[in-house]
Amino acid sequence: MLNIILAIFLGILILVLAVMAVQNKNIVVSIIAAGAVSLFASVLYLLLAAPDVAMTEAAIGSGLSTIIFFYVLNKIKRQDG
Amino acid sequence: MVKDSFIILVLIGVAFILANLFAGFTGNIDLSAVANHYAENGPEEVGSANLVTAVVVTYRGLDTLGEVTILFLSAAIVGFFLKVENKDHKNRELKYTSEILNTASQILVPIMLLFGAYVFINGHLSPGGGFQGGAIIASGLVLMFLAQPKKAIGHKLINIVESISGVSFVLLGVAGILFASGFLDNKILSLGRFGTLFSAGLIPIIYIFVGLKVGSELTGIGLSLRENQDEA
Amino acid sequence: MIEKFNLENISLAVGVLVILIGLWGLLTQKNLIKIVIGFALFDTGIHIVMVSIGYIKERTAPILDEAIDVTNASNIIVDPIPQALVLTAIVIGLGITALMLSYVLRMYHKKKSLEINHYKDLKW
Repeated sequence: MLNIILAIFLGILILVLAVMAVQNKNIVVSIIAAGAVSLFASVLYLLLAAPDVAMTEAAIGSGLSTIIFFYVLNKIKRQDG
Repeated sequence: MVKDSFIILVLIGVAFILANLFAGFTGNIDLSAVANHYAENGPEEVGSANLVTAVVVTYRGLDTLGEVTILFLSAAIVGFFLKVENKDHKNRELKYTSEILNTASQILVPIMLLFGAYVFINGHLSPGGGFQGGAIIASGLVLMFLAQPKKAIGHKLINIVESISGVSFVLLGVAGILFASGFLDNKILSLGRFGTLFSAGLIPIIYIFVGLKVGSELTGIGLSLRENQDEA
Repeated sequence: MIEKFNLENISLAVGVLVILIGLWGLLTQKNLIKIVIGFALFDTGIHIVMVSIGYIKERTAPILDEAIDVTNASNIIVDPIPQALVLTAIVIGLGITALMLSYVLRMYHKKKSLEINHYKDLKW
């Protein structure tokens, strides 16, 4: 029973963050929201009895992917002015 | 107006297909037949305690070879697109990074590298493996490059490590064809006692090479995206 | 209706909705970086769907250590095959995102604009 309540809570959080990642006008907020979607999806994988997938998604989805987005954003802003 | 209605049409079409998938899904009761075979004969044939590792390295080893190839291709294309031009490599002003980042990275980076190595060496005993360990090592190295850009490991060393790991992975697979029954078979070394570190034949060695390859590739992608300071 | 509220149905619904949100963002946004974020969300949704199909009720992770007995393994663990496929897919998704971002950098360097309406070279 506790698992199901936790899963519903995580699900609502993931959906709200995903809509925020697509709709917000500020690019920095979008990138961080996409990283947070990966983080909560990694907790959801742990509820679904998949620890390998959870570790991979946390390290790659919300770690390296966000860093790569910020590198590119920095380069574009640096070329701007 | 036409474009908006087209977009709505595509979304409704995809939603219809996915809703059929959702409605027709009743929960599983039992393992499927292939998974049953892996669960029952996995520990004797392969000898690793982590069944996902057994599937990725031995039973579906050809898919891992494809994945390693795709990762190598994408790292090579990113490096090719964003060539480093060393014209004014010397008089690039490097901003002084803050004190907190410097001190924290001196403590954190060795721990991260050690943890990454632990994760891919123990891939067959606990959750983990080559891909996870490689990602953790890449995160540690990127943190080191962010905090102290002067102590950079050159691009050449990373390319050499990546190429040697990739070639060793393929050579181990071919050795499986020559000495045992198939590609990436792990019965070349003995299958030890189930659950100890020196068990499961060749799997720790294969995973060490996969972990080094993935780690150096992801670091190389991070470096290419970072170093391209001047444009042609 | 209340017996449809088990774990795999909830996560399957979440995964399907994340796919649709990612696809919607991919089709309607004008900023190039937001389009790449849409691709990344699409990938994450597909991975959630794939892992939640392999779940079996009230069973545990497919790792055989001392806590479970090895001979009865096929009645205690969840399906390990979708997890192995998703493991590979996550790493490949990162490679694809890095490749798309390097394309964005090159395009920006050419025309100095991040809107997709300004790239009309292939229109006829």
